[in-house]
Amino acid sequence: MLTFLGKRLLQLIPTLFFVSVIIFSLQQLLPGDPALVMAGEERDPEVIEQIRRQYHLDQPLPVQYVYWVKGVLSGDLGESMRIKQPVLSLIREKLPVTIQLASLAIIIALVIGVGAGIVSAVKKDSIWDYVANGFALWGISTPNFWLGIMLIFLFSVQLGWLPASGYVPISEDWRVSFASMIMPAFVLGNAIAAILMRHTRSAMLQVLESDYVRTARAKGLLERSVILKHAMRNALTPVITLGALEFGTLLSGAVLTEQIFTIPGFGKLIVDAVFNRDYAVVQGVVLVTATTYIALNLLADMAYILVNPRLRD
Amino acid sequence: MGEAALINGVGATEDEVVETPAARATRRLLRRKGAVFGLFVIALFVALALVAPLISPYDPNLQTWSAVRKAPSALHWFGTDDVGRDVLARVIYGARASLLAGVISVAIALLVGVPLGVICGYVGGFVDALFGRITDAVLACPFLILAIALAAFLGPSLGNAMIAIGITTTPIFIRLTRAQVMAVKVEDYVEAARAVGNPHWRIALVHILPNVLPALLVQATLSIAAAIIAEASLSFLGLGQQPPAPSWGSMLNSAQRFLVNAPWMAVWPGLAIFLAVLAFNLVGDGLRDALDPRSR
Repeated sequence: MLTFLGKRLLQLIPTLFFVSVIIFSLQQLLPGDPALVMAGEERDPEVIEQIRRQYHLDQPLPVQYVYWVKGVLSGDLGESMRIKQPVLSLIREKLPVTIQLASLAIIIALVIGVGAGIVSAVKKDSIWDYVANGFALWGISTPNFWLGIMLIFLFSVQLGWLPASGYVPISEDWRVSFASMIMPAFVLGNAIAAILMRHTRSAMLQVLESDYVRTARAKGLLERSVILKHAMRNALTPVITLGALEFGTLLSGAVLTEQIFTIPGFGKLIVDAVFNRDYAVVQGVVLVTATTYIALNLLADMAYILVNPRLRD
Repeated sequence: MGEAALINGVGATEDEVVETPAARATRRLLRRKGAVFGLFVIALFVALALVAPLISPYDPNLQTWSAVRKAPSALHWFGTDDVGRDVLARVIYGARASLLAGVISVAIALLVGVPLGVICGYVGGFVDALFGRITDAVLACPFLILAIALAAFLGPSLGNAMIAIGITTTPIFIRLTRAQVMAVKVEDYVEAARAVGNPHWRIALVHILPNVLPALLVQATLSIAAAIIAEASLSFLGLGQQPPAPSWGSMLNSAQRFLVNAPWMAVWPGLAIFLAVLAFNLVGDGLRDALDPRSR
C-alpha cells in the first residue's frame, strides 16, 4: 500500500507541474499587453508600470513562471483586481457554499442513481428497466441550466413552493437553507445520478451473474437478502469511487447552477471574475479545482485498493 | 448460410454478397429504434440549419416592437421574445451555431488528439510519458471551468468558444487513440506488415489507424453531444455566440429574466438543445453497440 502511495505521489509531481503551466499560460492568451488588460480602465503609465513590476511582467516568461509558482506554493494566488482582496481568502469564503450545494447534490445523485440502477438490474428487461434507462438518457441529455429554469418556473413561479433564488447559510436557519438549496442540488445531482445509474446497473448485472450470488440463492436465501447483502455490497464499491471522480462534473455544473439560482459560491465567483476581467481569480479557481480533483482521484484510488485486497500487491 | 460465413466470405456462393464491416455496422445500427430516431432528429436539425433562410418564417434578428413577448399564436408559432423577435426563426437559425460548434470543436479535438494519440501509442517511451502527464493535467481541470477560463482569456465569441471546447475535449481523444493503438500494434497482421519492411508511418496510417476508427467514431458522436451542451452553456454565460446572432444558449439567458410573463421564451430553445443532445447520445450509444464485437 505504501509503495503504491509513494508511486502515485511521484506520478502527481509532473501532472501538477503541467497543471501549473496550463494555468500560468492562460494569462499569455490575453490579447495585447497583459499589464494594460490588468489595469482595466486605468490608463496612468505609472500605474501600468507598477503592475508590470508587481507581476514581474518585465521579466522573461520562465522567470515570470517561477515567481508565480513561488507565490502559489506560499499560498499567494494573487489579488482580485475588483474586490482588492487576496484570491485565496475569496475562495475560502465561497467554497463552503459550493461544498454545501455539492454535498446535497451528491446525496441526491447517489439515492436516485444507485436506487434506479439496482432496480433496473434486478428487474432487467421489465418496464422498470426501460423507465430507469430512459431516466438516465434524459439526465445525460438535459442541459442543467435549462432544467433549473424550468424547475424555477414550475415550483417558484407557478406553485410558489420554493424560493427561486438566494442563499441562506445552514447556521442561520436550516429549514430555509434546505428550501433554497433543494432545487439547485437536484439540478446539479440529476446528470450525475444518470451516470451513476448506468454504472450501478452494469456492475449489478455483472455481480448478479457471479458464482457466489448463485450459491447464495442455492442456499435458499431470500432474494432481498441476496441483493442487499451479497450483490449490492460488491457492486457498489466501484460506483462509490466513481462518485469521487464525478467531482469535476459537479463543479462544472455548479458554475451554471449557481448562476441561475444566484448562489454566492465558487461557480458564481469564476463567472463574475470572467465578466470583471479579474484574471487572477479565474486562475485561482481553476488551480484550486484542478488540485482538488487530483487529490480526490488519489483518494478514490486508495479507497479502491483498500476495499479490494487483490489490488494491494 | 450463417453470419460468420458472410463476414469471412468463406463458403459464400456467387449469389451471396459478402458483407463489409461498414455495411454490417450500418445494418446493426439501423436495427436499433433509438439510434434511428437519433439519426432522424440529427438529419432534421442539419436540414433546418442548411435551409434556414428558406423555411424561417421571419428574419431572426427582426425586432417588432408591436409584438413584444407575444404568446405562441398562428402568426408566431413559438411566440416572440423581449424585443419582438420570432422565437421559431431564432430556434431554426440557432441550430446553425449549435451544430457548427458541436462539429467544429470535435473536429479540432480529433485533428489534434488522434495524431498525438497515434504517436504516443506507437512510439511509447518518453513522448508517451510526456503527453500522458499533459493529458492528465488537462483532464484534472473540470471541462466547463477550463472552457470558461479559455473563452474568457481568448475573448467572448463563437469561434473562441469552439476553440476552447476543442482544446478541452482533445485529451479524451489522445487517451482513447493511444489505448486503441497500443492494443492493435501487437496484432499479428501489424507484425506481418512490419516484417515485410513497411515504414512506420505506413504501418500507423494504413494498418493501425483504420482499426482505431470505430472507437473514435463512437467517441466523436458522444463528444458532439457534450460540445453542443458546452457551447450552449458558454453562450448562456455570454462567452459564446454574441448578440444579436441567435444561439440556443443565449436565448435561454434572456428568457430567464422573463420567466413569469413569457415562459415560452425558455421552453423552445431548451427543448431544441435537449433534442439535439439526445439525438447524438442515442446515435453514439447505438454505434457503440453496433460496432461492439461482443454483441455479434
